[in-house]
Amino acid sequence: MEAGPRSAIRAPAPVFLNRLGLKLRQPQVILGLLLAMVLAGLVAVPFFQMVHDTAVWQEADRRIVRTAEPGAWTLFHYKRVFASPLSVNIFYRPLLHSLATSLAISSLAMLIGTLMAWLVVRTDMPFKKTIGVFAVIPYVLPSYTLALAWLDFFKNERVGGAVGIFSYLFGVSPPDWLAYGFVPIVITLSLHYYPFTYLLVSGALVSIDSSLEESGEVLGASRLRILRRITFPLVLPALISAFILTFSRAVGTFGTPYFLGAPVRYFTLATTIYTSIVNRTPAVAYIGALVLILISMIIIYMNQKVIGEKSFVTIAGKGLSRRPTALGPWRWPALIGAAALISLAVFVPLLLLLWQTLMLYPNDYSPGNLTLHYWIGASQPALAEGESGILRNSLILGAAWNSIRLSVIVALITGIMGILIGYAVVKGRKTKLAAVLEQESFLPYLIPSIAFGAIYLSLFSRSIGPLPALYGTFILLVLVCVAKNLPFSARSGISSMLQVAGELEEAGMMAGASWFRRFRRIILPLTLAGSLSGFILAFIATMRELSLIILLITPETRTLTTMTFRYVEQGYSQFADAIILLIVVLVVGGEFLARRIGKREMM
Amino acid sequence: MALIEIEGLTKRFGAVTAVSGLSLSVEAGEFLTLLGPSGCGKTTVLRMIAGLEIPDDGEIRIGGRTVFSFRRGLFVSPGERGVGLVFQSYALWPHMSVRQNLAFGLETRKAAPEEIKRRIAEALAYMRLEEMENRYPQQMSGGQQQRVALARMLVARPGVFLMDEPLSNLDAKLRIEMRAEIKRLHREVQATTVYVTHDQTEALTLSSRVAIMDRGRLVQVAPPREIYRRPGSLFVADFIGSPTINLIPGRIVRKEEGVFFAGDALSLPAPALAAQVGAEVTAAVRPEDIRIEPGESGGAARGDVYAVLPAGAETIIQVRREGRVFNVRVMGDASLEIGERVCMHFLPEAAVFFHRESGIRIDERRE
Repeated sequence: MEAGPRSAIRAPAPVFLNRLGLKLRQPQVILGLLLAMVLAGLVAVPFFQMVHDTAVWQEADRRIVRTAEPGAWTLFHYKRVFASPLSVNIFYRPLLHSLATSLAISSLAMLIGTLMAWLVVRTDMPFKKTIGVFAVIPYVLPSYTLALAWLDFFKNERVGGAVGIFSYLFGVSPPDWLAYGFVPIVITLSLHYYPFTYLLVSGALVSIDSSLEESGEVLGASRLRILRRITFPLVLPALISAFILTFSRAVGTFGTPYFLGAPVRYFTLATTIYTSIVNRTPAVAYIGALVLILISMIIIYMNQKVIGEKSFVTIAGKGLSRRPTALGPWRWPALIGAAALISLAVFVPLLLLLWQTLMLYPNDYSPGNLTLHYWIGASQPALAEGESGILRNSLILGAAWNSIRLSVIVALITGIMGILIGYAVVKGRKTKLAAVLEQESFLPYLIPSIAFGAIYLSLFSRSIGPLPALYGTFILLVLVCVAKNLPFSARSGISSMLQVAGELEEAGMMAGASWFRRFRRIILPLTLAGSLSGFILAFIATMRELSLIILLITPETRTLTTMTFRYVEQGYSQFADAIILLIVVLVVGGEFLARRIGKREMM
Repeated sequence: MALIEIEGLTKRFGAVTAVSGLSLSVEAGEFLTLLGPSGCGKTTVLRMIAGLEIPDDGEIRIGGRTVFSFRRGLFVSPGERGVGLVFQSYALWPHMSVRQNLAFGLETRKAAPEEIKRRIAEALAYMRLEEMENRYPQQMSGGQQQRVALARMLVARPGVFLMDEPLSNLDAKLRIEMRAEIKRLHREVQATTVYVTHDQTEALTLSSRVAIMDRGRLVQVAPPREIYRRPGSLFVADFIGSPTINLIPGRIVRKEEGVFFAGDALSLPAPALAAQVGAEVTAAVRPEDIRIEPGESGGAARGDVYAVLPAGAETIIQVRREGRVFNVRVMGDASLEIGERVCMHFLPEAAVFFHRESGIRIDERRE
């Protein structure tokens, strides 16, 4: 063998160039750099653009201040938000509402979730397996499903249109505090978010060896003392995590607070952001978004401070002995309570929504009023301004197509990106690039959905260099949903990549396979099964996404969720509810399908 | 010319220098083992030869072709180096059958289907895996997986075999079986082999030469017998051999009868070290170079039996003398009682001597 032609031509190059050149021979370095840039473009750039926009005059400001000079620096917006006669209404009160509702929601959700987890994992409650399966369903439903069902039941005369079943049944109109605002927001969202706590706490409870508790018993400690001194401290990290997770979700959610709060002008920061955009004071919305991000970051920072490196798992791998706590005479009441709760969170609302869609005229609960018009009826000028039933309504079918298209594309892109990020991070372990990439992919998690939407609105409503304004395009929706879902898919990408030993890819290198061939034939097949949960999560999250995209939707890009929103605003609850049910069917169907595929792949 | 030539090879991981300025050449057809304690950088050297790690300095030539040169910024990717590698974990692709595992590399290189078929059949027959071709790795025993890994390397017909602790995941019995298998493979295929292990028995039984590494540096490269009998440094002397070599600190003195080593518990003639009189040294004596006799008859070094460790074919006896324990190897059984008085006879020229400070060998022993 003689020297290859390449080596013959090359002249000695400076050392640093060689070093750089050799570094770039590693695919994970190239990929890592590329991904880091893409992530910067998806998250960091839009964020700084938004911060910039809060501190310069906007075109729209000319309506308010004649001397406004669009593009010039100003603290006007900050003064307006934090220290003006308007501040209480556009900032302080919504902030208070946001904090109050989120705190109440997190507490209530924790209580329900912990109780449910304990019943399912540690007691002898009958049918606890079944209850365990159903207990997570509320989270699969769109967060505002319960809000719409609540309105169907409790709606009073305040907002006009038909009133709810409550008035029909009892002949009295429910008071405002029960129909709208704080109380219903807290109840409906707690029922939506408790599965977080349920999953985390039951995970922690499963991993606690009950011999730990038994040894306490042997030492003569009372039940309560064991619970307080042994069980509780072991579950604490899970509880704190659940609280943080719930709080940061609740504070950024838009649908429920809007549906249940807006009628009585009970605004939260999230809904204020929306109304500020609608009222063409975007800078105010952006500042609100910044405050939301700040709250979120403080919460997550506290989480890391409190939990730190503390491990969730006490003892794993060894045979855990678990002896269920006997509930005695409380076995059946416990089951009835748990079943009732799940019914209230899932079945009753869905049935209410279904019933609502079957009523020709709202507020007429007689059997003669039942109809399938809003599902399959042809256009009738007398009903709902002549809109036809959702299954033959081209607008809604178009929106459904958009939703499905969006969810599938987003799931695929985030899934693949998650695997790529996982690859770059795991292969580049201990390098700075890998650390930066991992942190970057986590950033969208810190930003509440509605704020994320606001960020994208501020950046993409104008053209950037050669890039045309993306506002109003389908691509923008894909971008924002991909970015927002990245933290989860990156997590699952990294963990599934950790399962695949580096040597498996290196064996492919030895066989002379190019990076693309190795990725397609070795890495992808081996990580796909592990990443599937990431795909499903992204699909479901996108399918029912409202908070994130509500600011970015135009008539051409409407999705099912934004159609629901529109119909609620117009008072066509039959349509709104029918679409929600359609979303539920698609989400549950999607998950079912993905699980089936996943199972086959595993075998 | 040597088949593999390595010059000034260096690899750093962050602040840690894993391999530092290593130069080595491997002759065609040779079986060279890189041996050293864990973390000494031997696997890193192997991976740099394979092209899986990019060195921070140096040059590697395989078959006269430069595959890496830092100075020239040259790097040939692993698949183009004409080398095959067996991984410690075997790295068989779990989603592919044995046949697919073997075919992957050939398909990558666009071999003709009949050629692929023929070569797979050949490799499977050679490794006695004919019945296994449609199995998946998880369905096979560790030894079978190991043979598939070897077969996968064989089908590509590389000019150089690289093996990274291939036997470390097998149980003791299987390990001896596979050791013979690898030796047979090397003898029949005549491929140049670089083998990494931390198991000295493996190294001594398989290799034509052993390269001993310590903290990223090469400390001695020599045939197994020479490594064992004439260790180049205190480190090698201490590292090779089980039970370990007896190390006795002392100094070189001149007496009326000649030049002697005067140790803590021992005095030995050291005629070759006349030039080193006064030096602080360490003497090293292999356990089998000491003969043992019961009683107090005449011998220079008396001691008490401290422990008797029979191991079937041989017995290790620990003898205590002046607070120091000597390992002595005796063939077969030894009928000695603990606490019994014995005499140790050191075979002539049994000891090798090292400079205490530097660990460098200072005598030149005739063989």
